Amino acid sequence: MNSPYTLAFDSSAEAGTSRLGGKCTALIVMTRAGAPVPPGFVVTMDAFEALLDRGGLRRAVDTALAGLVADPGAVAARGAEIRCMVIDQPVPSPVASAVTAAYEELCRAVGCPDVAVAVRSSAEMEDLTEASCAGQFDTFLWIRGAEAVLGAVRRCWASLWTDRAIIYRAARGLPQTGLHMAVGVQQMVDARTSGAAVTVNPADGDPSKIRVEAIWGLGQLMVSGEVTPDAYLVDKVLLSTVRTTVSPKHQELVPAPDGHGLARRVVEEGRQQVPCLTQGEVVEIARLAKTAERQYGCPQDIEWAVDKHPNGSTDTGATVRLLQTRPETVWSRRPRTPARASHGAGVSSILETLLRPGR
Amino acid sequence: MTVSRTAFPSPYEMTAPAAAEGWERLYPYYMVFQPWRRAAEEERFWFRDSQHWPTVVKPFETVVTELAFKGQGQFNTRHFVVPPAYGVTFRIHQGYVYLSPVAAPESRIPARAQQFLERAGYYYANWDRLLENWKGKVLGTIRELESISFGELPEVQPYEDIEAGVGLGAADALLGGYDRLLALCQRALQYHFEFLNLGYAAYLDFFQFCKQRSPEIPDQGIAAMVTGVEMELFRPDDELRKLARLAVELGVDRALTVPDPGEHTLTALSREPRGRDWLDAWNAARDPWFNFTSGNGLYSSDRYWRDTPSLPLGYVRDYILRLRRGEAIDRRLAELAAERERITGEYAALLDSPARADFEAKLGLARQVYPYVENHNFYIEHWTLGVFWRKARELSALLHRAGFWPGANDMFYLTRDEVRAALFDHASSWAIGVEPAGPGHWPAEVERRRRIVAALARQHPEPALNEPPRAITEPFSVMLWGITSERIRSWLAAPGDVGDLTGMAASPGVAEGTARVIRSPDDLDLLQEGDILVAPVTAPSWTPAFGKVRATVTDIGGVMSHAAIVCREYSLPAVTGTGSASTRIKSGRRIRVDGTAGTVTLLD
Repeated sequence: MNSPYTLAFDSSAEAGTSRLGGKCTALIVMTRAGAPVPPGFVVTMDAFEALLDRGGLRRAVDTALAGLVADPGAVAARGAEIRCMVIDQPVPSPVASAVTAAYEELCRAVGCPDVAVAVRSSAEMEDLTEASCAGQFDTFLWIRGAEAVLGAVRRCWASLWTDRAIIYRAARGLPQTGLHMAVGVQQMVDARTSGAAVTVNPADGDPSKIRVEAIWGLGQLMVSGEVTPDAYLVDKVLLSTVRTTVSPKHQELVPAPDGHGLARRVVEEGRQQVPCLTQGEVVEIARLAKTAERQYGCPQDIEWAVDKHPNGSTDTGATVRLLQTRPETVWSRRPRTPARASHGAGVSSILETLLRPGR
Repeated sequence: MTVSRTAFPSPYEMTAPAAAEGWERLYPYYMVFQPWRRAAEEERFWFRDSQHWPTVVKPFETVVTELAFKGQGQFNTRHFVVPPAYGVTFRIHQGYVYLSPVAAPESRIPARAQQFLERAGYYYANWDRLLENWKGKVLGTIRELESISFGELPEVQPYEDIEAGVGLGAADALLGGYDRLLALCQRALQYHFEFLNLGYAAYLDFFQFCKQRSPEIPDQGIAAMVTGVEMELFRPDDELRKLARLAVELGVDRALTVPDPGEHTLTALSREPRGRDWLDAWNAARDPWFNFTSGNGLYSSDRYWRDTPSLPLGYVRDYILRLRRGEAIDRRLAELAAERERITGEYAALLDSPARADFEAKLGLARQVYPYVENHNFYIEHWTLGVFWRKARELSALLHRAGFWPGANDMFYLTRDEVRAALFDHASSWAIGVEPAGPGHWPAEVERRRRIVAALARQHPEPALNEPPRAITEPFSVMLWGITSERIRSWLAAPGDVGDLTGMAASPGVAEGTARVIRSPDDLDLLQEGDILVAPVTAPSWTPAFGKVRATVTDIGGVMSHAAIVCREYSLPAVTGTGSASTRIKSGRRIRVDGTAGTVTLLD
């Protein structure tokens, strides 16, 4: 029941980055690999193309961008103009009905009439090893109902032209026109704890470590740097924690009381200094990161959440959910120079070791 | 509440425990802190070797202490010429053994390095052949020890000696036998160290490589790649499992699950035909595998399986009971081997190709030489020293019968030179035909010493002496004794500190259960199924007891300590080197042991 405009994560149809964007391709790949990815679907780049093709939108956007200089005032004005055009443009009805059908299918699958979803960009250039584009586009969380989902998808498309995205592209000499974007729509995880994990030690590039960072509630306050996460350094082979750093976590992001959107609240004092993961969960997350790395054959940066309701209807048994995975972009491009060790084996290398001062 | 200290006391400032005054004179003069050496002795930092000598050492027992450090030092200093390290010097203080590693003078290091390359290089290059030769030398030493006997002196020399013109008296064999006993012990303790430090050095080379590539790699990850799965040290325990299974197969298991199995159990079995089949297997296993001590081989009081059948029979009974409950008693060798290969393969895959070649070469050598580090323990501590102590007890019993001391094993309250004097007393008076002086001299003196030793044993010894160095960088202290800067800080912390304990993450996994504090192998019977074993230190001979426990916690020992190795082998969580677990945790307390993180949590 996939149209050219949508594709479910667990679909067996052929998927390629060309239509799905980096983020959603990864979610599909990981779903197929058996990872506990919350269910969802992609609104493909074809859907975005259909929108641009309608009513001369593409031309209008290109015109608005022509001769744009990287001046903050000009960018703000042109960006706002383009975003309005994109949001005001009616979505072609085949696209709208495909998104609605896919959302309804998701609702059926998880057994909830208006399942809350996250709506995120999955752009072409995003999540590639060379450019992380992290946080350039908008994400909409805790969205319920087909109408609201469609609105969020539109705003996602429009976020291709946020001021910061335009400036980011300009600064890197990336093209401003001919852009594509797919959008991921994924069941929200009501997260007790969320965070990230990277399959190298970010401090020194040591590939035998996984660093897990975690905060209470949803992960946005970590990404924005408003809350310092707890950090766990895990040995990748033994899957044992070698270092734990607990930080005071003053705030958390939780679903709004009315079930739409999010609310920020103060973490009660007794919980601020408590590690927000159990050792078992740390290992589970590290294992998940290791699976993603194996799948891609290069270091990965994952986002995950620990479900507050692990026995919900969609449950696969695990409480840790994989929200996304992308290639690690720092150490993958930098040669690592570990401390010198003696070469070879045997008595001369042993001599060198014995004579090395200290340890 | 006491505050943390910054240094350990000087041995010269400590007063003798009550009723132990004059303890210094129980030991040879060069083993104790002498007033005239004070300045030099206080310059050094000494830590207590509670791993090998957890309890008070009796005067005669210092023979083994001395010969061990003589052997250890000799190979570092004089044979292989290890460039930066001489041996380890030791002192007996208030009955306990304290160590201080000795560095080679800086100026000698370059010349020593050249000699080391040649000498150690030869051993590494010819390891297997030399080791085969070693085995022959050790077995020869054991045979020679076995041939010594200390029997009664005859009323008159046999007439045949007259005819043969021997011209030597029976006391000659006695005096010569004693000297041979000591000489063979010395020989065995040289062989003990012939390969040992080289084995550790190769391990260290691999260890440091791993630490440099992956700075926070857990020590247990490195150990898991090197340590073997099938080792002779585990053979005695494996034999017991086999005997337990055989008993069930033959249907003679009922006779073996009696409440207090012992010599009488074997007699009972010999009366039934299938029992005799089982006894054949028992006797086949006995030699050599029951030359296995319940202790660590370094004390005269060690009990050996071959002489005390109740020990192995007790373990056989436990295994039979577990078989009846349908439990698997085999070590999961295939699983352990597969896990070792997984760990090795995954770490190797993280390396670029030049580093990977180094990794594989170093690991290859470490794996070749490391089995010795474990297996020598069976040949020397268990087997050779077992015979040594048996012969020494024979001599003690002989002089006891001659009235020299009240207890059969009281000779161990004398130093080895005092024993020689007593033996001369015995021999000369036999020759002359007079009463020896010993029976008038020694009984009271032995009683006095017995009281002193008991008083020393009641005292909780200091973990170290004098001011600690700012950092412990000597890798062998860290690897073998678990002496780290952190450990020293925790020793210096105020006693009675509350809260959880930390130590070395020695064997992974988490377990909760009831703590059982075991201070000596004689207490092993107190262990209940599912307990957590808490001990100052464990010996390899406690191995069969590990079948009953859920986890192990020790005061002393690093990741390569015996408790750690056995626990990894048996897939049990272990935290070693906690410093004070056996005094801070009381039997019956519920605790959680996290062998992955190296923590012990007191529950309830």
